[in-house]
Amino acid sequence: MQIYLPIAEISVNAFLLLGLGGMVGILSGMFGVGGGFLMTPLLFFIGIPPAVAVATEANQIVASSFSGVLAHFKRKTVDLRMGVVLLIGGLIGAALGVVLFNYLKSLGQVDLLVRLCYVVFLGIIGSLMFVESLRALRKAKSGGAPTRRKHNWVHNLPFKMKFRVSGLYISVIPPILVGVAVGILAAIMGVGGGFIMVPAMIYLLGMPTKVVVGTSLFQIIFVTAFTTMLHATTNYTVDVVLAVLLLVGGVVGAQVGTRIGVYLKAEQLRILLAGMVLLVCGKLALDLLLQPSELYSLGVAGGH
Amino acid sequence: MLRRLLITFALLCASAAPLSAEKIVLGLSQDEVAITATFEGSEILIYGAVSRVAPAPEGNTGIIIAVSGPLEPVTVRRKERKFGIWVNSDAVEVDAAPSFYAVATSAPFTEVLTDVEDLRHKISIPRAIRAVGTGVSDSENFTEALIRVRENAGLYQVLDNTVSFEQGTLFGTSIALPANLTEGMYSTRIFLTRDGAVVDEYVTQIPVNKVGIERWLYELAHQQAFIYGLMSLAIAIAAGWGASAAFSLLRR
Repeated sequence: MQIYLPIAEISVNAFLLLGLGGMVGILSGMFGVGGGFLMTPLLFFIGIPPAVAVATEANQIVASSFSGVLAHFKRKTVDLRMGVVLLIGGLIGAALGVVLFNYLKSLGQVDLLVRLCYVVFLGIIGSLMFVESLRALRKAKSGGAPTRRKHNWVHNLPFKMKFRVSGLYISVIPPILVGVAVGILAAIMGVGGGFIMVPAMIYLLGMPTKVVVGTSLFQIIFVTAFTTMLHATTNYTVDVVLAVLLLVGGVVGAQVGTRIGVYLKAEQLRILLAGMVLLVCGKLALDLLLQPSELYSLGVAGGH
Repeated sequence: MLRRLLITFALLCASAAPLSAEKIVLGLSQDEVAITATFEGSEILIYGAVSRVAPAPEGNTGIIIAVSGPLEPVTVRRKERKFGIWVNSDAVEVDAAPSFYAVATSAPFTEVLTDVEDLRHKISIPRAIRAVGTGVSDSENFTEALIRVRENAGLYQVLDNTVSFEQGTLFGTSIALPANLTEGMYSTRIFLTRDGAVVDEYVTQIPVNKVGIERWLYELAHQQAFIYGLMSLAIAIAAGWGASAAFSLLRR
């Protein structure tokens, strides 16, 4: 069934969008990532104009994250206090990111920067996680007790705060900095930033994996809601019809994904996410390295 | 069906006495194209007749029908290999290119129209595109690429030999409009040519507009952007909550 999208101004198959939403929704629920880093390139691929894809994707992530976070609230795996601290950083970062994005746009080549950002960050995070979780998996098999986290520089900073759900007593500076960094990247790359947030919370802040997913989803809701409003009011590129189709599939998928996540071990979950991240990274890297079949591309003129 | 339309049309306009020697009289299957929520593209039937006061002069007569979407500026970028990766390097701004363009003829294009006449009336696709003052030496590569990309997307159509032209009087064709249509006035030009020279020209406009919920959403997004944004967020939150509630009911 074909549906005409009023803002994107193209006609697409409704079931294709529902399917895409569902697939990405499952991942979102399982890993606590918004799924934007997968969905945005997929939307480009089916012919949605990039500006509309990025803006609408933000709106869709709000829905799937909200659905996912409710399930996590029920299981008490959301660290609200940590979430709020990260969110403060995230909003500052998102605002900074938009400023940076517009500056780079005036220089040109913003397209390339976004792609390079994807390749570099997905590559680093994916391989780090993959190696680490392989090691953890091997250790678990040999029956050794998991090593206790060592105290590092993170624990010697001022403004300490107790995060009871995470079982942490650390300074608020690292979470805020993580929030800012993710916010900046989220604004530039047009994603929720969960795929950066999740590993940062595990490896930098030392939060338990089970709490990480819910807390990340909680924070993503607000950052993407902020981005949606920004896009809707400045660029008029949020397509509500596209968003509804994606999110109907997405929210159902997120529920399914959250339930699948319960049955998987934390190490397995991480290894799967790492594999996925590396796959997307590889695809994007290939696009940059191989000669494209069409060297020319069309863009909307103006803006100067 | 087309044939019957043509005949009734010919009978209708036979009585109307034209002023000049040869004149195009035109009919359209629809006066406007409405983009609804389930719009899948549309087909317009363009038909008409040539009315004459005297018998047709000697020479090969032909009909050209050109349908053009609204003109808009387009940036064409070319990728180049730099430091091992493919990046956008040169860009050419095309001042005005139609968002849609279909040109249908009753015989091969070069037979019905000479180059000079094409230049004057801007009928063929390369002539319908206006690009001036580019900083790149090979700017024709960029306009060629623009045409190629849009032809592949079905937005530019060259339809040689698709206009039926019977006894030098009745003509008709159908133009398929794709689903990814932009709004605006679609100018439709019909040319009567003899030995490659334009004898008569007829211009009409076909408005293409969004209707119903498509129209409403589009207007809301542009005029009440803040409310539209809040509405989008409300829908997202409601859908997320609804799915969560539905699933916990299912599990009970």
